[in-house]
Amino acid sequence: MLTRREALLGTATGAAAAALLGSVIATPALAQAKVADIAGLPRVSVDLVAPPFAHPHDQIAKGGPKVIEYRMTIKELPMVIDDEGTTLQAMTYEGSMPGPLMIVHEGDYVELTLVNPETNEMPHNIDFHAATGALGGGALTHVNPGEQAVLRWKATRTGTFVYHCAPTGMIPWHVVSGMSGAVMVLPRDGLKDGAGKPLKYDRIFYIGEHDLYVPRDENGKYKKYESLGDSYDETLKVMRGLIPTHVVFNGKVGSLTGDNALKAKVGETVLFVHAQANRDSRPHLIGGHGDHVWEEGKFVNAPAKDLETWFIRGGSAGAALYTFLQPGIYAYVNHNLIEAAELGATAHVMVEGEWDDDLMKQVQAPGPIPTN
Amino acid sequence: MKPGFLLTTALVIPAIALAVYLTRDPAGPAAPPAMASPQTVAIAPGRLAYRLPGEFQTAERPVDAPEDRVRFRRSFDIMAYQVSAADYALCVADGACDQADGAVQHRQNLPATGVSFRDANAYAQWLSHKTGEGWRLPTDEEWAFAAAERFSDEGIDPDGGSDAIARWLARYRSESEAAKGRDPEPKPQGHFGTNSNGLHDVGGNVWEWTTTCYRRVALDRNGRVDTSTDNCGVRVVAGKHRGYMSFFIRDGKSGGCAAGLPPDNLGIRLVRERPSMLSAFKALWRGATG
Ligand SMILES: [Cu+2]
Repeated sequence: MLTRREALLGTATGAAAAALLGSVIATPALAQAKVADIAGLPRVSVDLVAPPFAHPHDQIAKGGPKVIEYRMTIKELPMVIDDEGTTLQAMTYEGSMPGPLMIVHEGDYVELTLVNPETNEMPHNIDFHAATGALGGGALTHVNPGEQAVLRWKATRTGTFVYHCAPTGMIPWHVVSGMSGAVMVLPRDGLKDGAGKPLKYDRIFYIGEHDLYVPRDENGKYKKYESLGDSYDETLKVMRGLIPTHVVFNGKVGSLTGDNALKAKVGETVLFVHAQANRDSRPHLIGGHGDHVWEEGKFVNAPAKDLETWFIRGGSAGAALYTFLQPGIYAYVNHNLIEAAELGATAHVMVEGEWDDDLMKQVQAPGPIPTN
Repeated sequence: MKPGFLLTTALVIPAIALAVYLTRDPAGPAAPPAMASPQTVAIAPGRLAYRLPGEFQTAERPVDAPEDRVRFRRSFDIMAYQVSAADYALCVADGACDQADGAVQHRQNLPATGVSFRDANAYAQWLSHKTGEGWRLPTDEEWAFAAAERFSDEGIDPDGGSDAIARWLARYRSESEAAKGRDPEPKPQGHFGTNSNGLHDVGGNVWEWTTTCYRRVALDRNGRVDTSTDNCGVRVVAGKHRGYMSFFIRDGKSGGCAAGLPPDNLGIRLVRERPSMLSAFKALWRGATG
């Protein structure tokens, strides 16, 4: 059993190490000169938007580099993760799984205020895969309950990147409890295909996939815990088996189906950003394709074309661009279909518009086999 | 109305009743009843107008099932409550039923859940043996008749199905709407109240197996049956809305790609044959087999 006191004790060393690292990294004279330049940059404060959507942004950057300010509050809260009422003691950025998508341009600076309210039980931090140094910022952002920290990092590489919590000694537990999200760093002149032709999208669907490991009681029912600390020991045992009890998009089985299905129109182009901080996934759009896919998510590489299924390495975020050509219901799934159908990794897209008989037509509806 | 359907229906009811009867192990008439007969409600003779189960198409386009009128000439008895988990457990203890997937046996008054069509028939057979009465699953139309105002009509396209895609999207929307706020946790018997016939828990969160087979029907221009294919590997499950389930499924829930709203739970409510009807079938059977 992990008590709050032990949890805090566990991080005391981590926090000390972080302070040390911080002072080492931030002091060189050269760096100080650049910091003066940054002070002259325009600053924009951007409100984060809950997934599966993205905050307003320009696809092609207007003007020069900016400092983009975000504020994220860490929320520890019980979350219902399926329609049977199974409750996960979740740890989240901003109360959502995944954490909100941040979108900046190459050369911009991300300045994040990370807040860990006093009401929380655990210390947390953030490791940006898009950032350079200090464990992706993890070493500089260790915040105990009641603390906050501000981290600035320069977006030097374009692409979609995962961010996640990485507290000393408890990294996987925090990640599979919900603490991951994605950053998208766009090229200043927007997305391009391999031949330099600009690519645009009408909307972003941001899919955060989580593998979850919920312990069961002796009757096979999922257990519910009073607190995070109470859930730790048994959750870790399930995690060590490496077989998730749930594989979900956006925090819950069915969070992107039914009433919450994604919506688009024929002729619209959608950029699917898919983040998985822990485990491999293989997105597939049933009834559609990936017109242009940055499987590894990095826009400096030419996108692959016309993919049927693409691969998201655990610990990465990828992007797939698709223009809808037919109306109807599409299923966006992890094409390990057991995980899609049984464990939860399914989203639906409702697409309105005109059917194209040239692309597909039911020549004969199912009926009896002629006998003559 | 549609005479084609009336004819079909007229043929189907006795066929199903006979089929169920034939598959049942006939209880010896001399065996004393070993179990009290479950509480039932008598459904008086009458007429029912309802939308037929199955998938229908006209000119290769899916359309709403046509409405049919059925006349119930005889009254029938149907269980006032769904079969309880405790009663189902007795059948399991007797070795006549397989363990159910869903029910938590030690809790009082919960309906049996997590049962397949096969399980439901095994239970009916066991109960018939125990009580010396003829118990069977209802047909979909018997269920609809007994469910009365709790039977929901599932027509979805006001425009008569001219646009298959619009219909597809409309169905998705209506099912999404129906799924709002659903709570699949089985509730104690009586939780969902009584309908006008005195049946408890109709259209709650436990769907009930019927004997009616899934059917695909192509209609001609006049709305008459052109072709029709039955698939008895899939049966109608009746509840808040109609479902179609393979006979071996115990848990209708699925988070799968197919956009469709699954039943929360699968359970059992049986019909008791009136002795006269039973003996009539017996006579028929004896006559048929010599
Ligand atoms: Cu954390």
